[in-house]
Amino acid sequence: MGQHVLLIEDEPNIIEAIRFFLSRDGWKVSCHSDGASAVAEVARVSPDVVVLDVMLPNRSGFDILKDLRADPATQATPVLMLTAKGQTKDRERAAHLGTSAFMTKPFSNADLREMLRSLIQA
Amino acid sequence: MPRTALTGSRIRERRTMLGLKQADLARIAGISPSYLNLIEHNRRRIAGKLLGTIAQALSVDLSLLTQGAEAEHLAQLTEAAASLPDTNAEVDRIDEFIGRFPGWAGLVVGQQRRIAGLEQRVAGLADRLAHDPFLSASLHEVLSKVSAIQSTASILEETEDLDLVWQKRFHRNLHADSQKLAEGAASLVDYLETEGEPDLGMVSPQEELEASLNRTGFHVAALERALPDSIDRIIAHDPRLKSDAGKDRARAYLEQYRRDATQMPLAAFSDAAAAARYDPAVLSHRFGTDVLAVFRRLASLPEVAGVGRIGLVICDGAGALTLRKATELMPLPRFGAACALWPLYQAMSRPMAPVRAALEHAGRPGQPFLSYAISHPSYPGGFSGPAVFEAAMLILPPGLVEPDATVGVPQLVGTSCRVCPAVDCPARREPSVLSEGFDTR
Repeated sequence: MGQHVLLIEDEPNIIEAIRFFLSRDGWKVSCHSDGASAVAEVARVSPDVVVLDVMLPNRSGFDILKDLRADPATQATPVLMLTAKGQTKDRERAAHLGTSAFMTKPFSNADLREMLRSLIQA
Repeated sequence: MPRTALTGSRIRERRTMLGLKQADLARIAGISPSYLNLIEHNRRRIAGKLLGTIAQALSVDLSLLTQGAEAEHLAQLTEAAASLPDTNAEVDRIDEFIGRFPGWAGLVVGQQRRIAGLEQRVAGLADRLAHDPFLSASLHEVLSKVSAIQSTASILEETEDLDLVWQKRFHRNLHADSQKLAEGAASLVDYLETEGEPDLGMVSPQEELEASLNRTGFHVAALERALPDSIDRIIAHDPRLKSDAGKDRARAYLEQYRRDATQMPLAAFSDAAAAARYDPAVLSHRFGTDVLAVFRRLASLPEVAGVGRIGLVICDGAGALTLRKATELMPLPRFGAACALWPLYQAMSRPMAPVRAALEHAGRPGQPFLSYAISHPSYPGGFSGPAVFEAAMLILPPGLVEPDATVGVPQLVGTSCRVCPAVDCPARREPSVLSEGFDTR
């Protein structure tokens, strides 16, 4: 089994597409859709990398990232923020909170693959 | 100080009308004819004793020589010059400009007004784009669907050995997402293309719900029966509920409506309300429910012809209106902030303390009505979570209950600052677009 990615996203067809092509690439893919329990899920599955949406039910991706960076167990886990909120202020906020990378929707599968590879190798 | 630009042309006009020669008037006023000529052509200022003497000689009240449309022009032109200081407009010769070129002065004033109006509109639209939660949520929804479609389409295009089951599955996803995308895009276009009140159409889930409820005065007869209709069926048959978000909002509201109706059955509640003179606290005690539920129930009673409708406004902790049922005497704002003097906001500052007040709308003077307001916190995240505040204001028509002496002098309120005619309002945030006003109390 390859590297483990946790996809925190609430759009079911995005989840299905990403899960499909990353699985075929050899990734182990876990998915989670609820913002409120996302931090606990990261701690529970200990992924190699997290793909995190911003606008999630019950809790924002920014708040989740902040908690991940405050917890010694997850603070080193690479986090890729994948979001429709692509304004400069959103990028700056994500960078300030400690995101490892930032991608905006819509995205290409090839770019997402490449970005995840680079995060794992970093 | 009187301004000569307002006077010179009027002096000349009045003198000519009386058949008085320039030299004769100059002699009476004790000035030379050439100086009077300069005054009449707005090239010299005139004020004080000389102006009084000339007014007396022309048998006209001094104020008639110094007031008029030009006074407004003077202020507007000064404002125009101040707004573009780099043009170095000859501010000290505004009087002369108005007097010699009244048509051009009117044109500049008209343009200044138009620019101010357009600037206000641009600011409003920019604010709407930046802060409109519906627009933000809709754009996010569209981008999410586009992302799903793009990612799925790439898989179909790039995966040569994709088995039939997955192909069908991804095609089904594409179909569903493209439908949602089309709906979302159409909704956005509707929203962005509508402009100007009152023809804005329904632009948010909240407005869809309110349009649906307004059709029957917020009374849903189908949910009053012992065996009520299915809420999903009610929603499905209402063409006003177009978006998924609007339908979800309606579902939540109607489920709450049904709970209220079960706890406060229509016949018993109507009788009790009349007996209690529509006092929500009495009814809350009588039916063992919270005051806010009584507000909702009162606002859902069938309208009685000739009495007027019972209004209801609910806002969240940020003051944003989350439900609006307007009345004949209390129009409610569609966009932006409401009147800061509403008891709704007083209640917000004192959670759990009831507010009872007589109100009078500034646009409908002499027609006081009674209102009740209350706010309360809830803790959806448990004791460790944040307190979420909600406030509500009930508006009772005078045909139902007249405000008595115990509630004091009616408080003058408005709808929102921009359309409020009240002048000297202590809570005004921005100027009104209305030119005439009423005194506040």
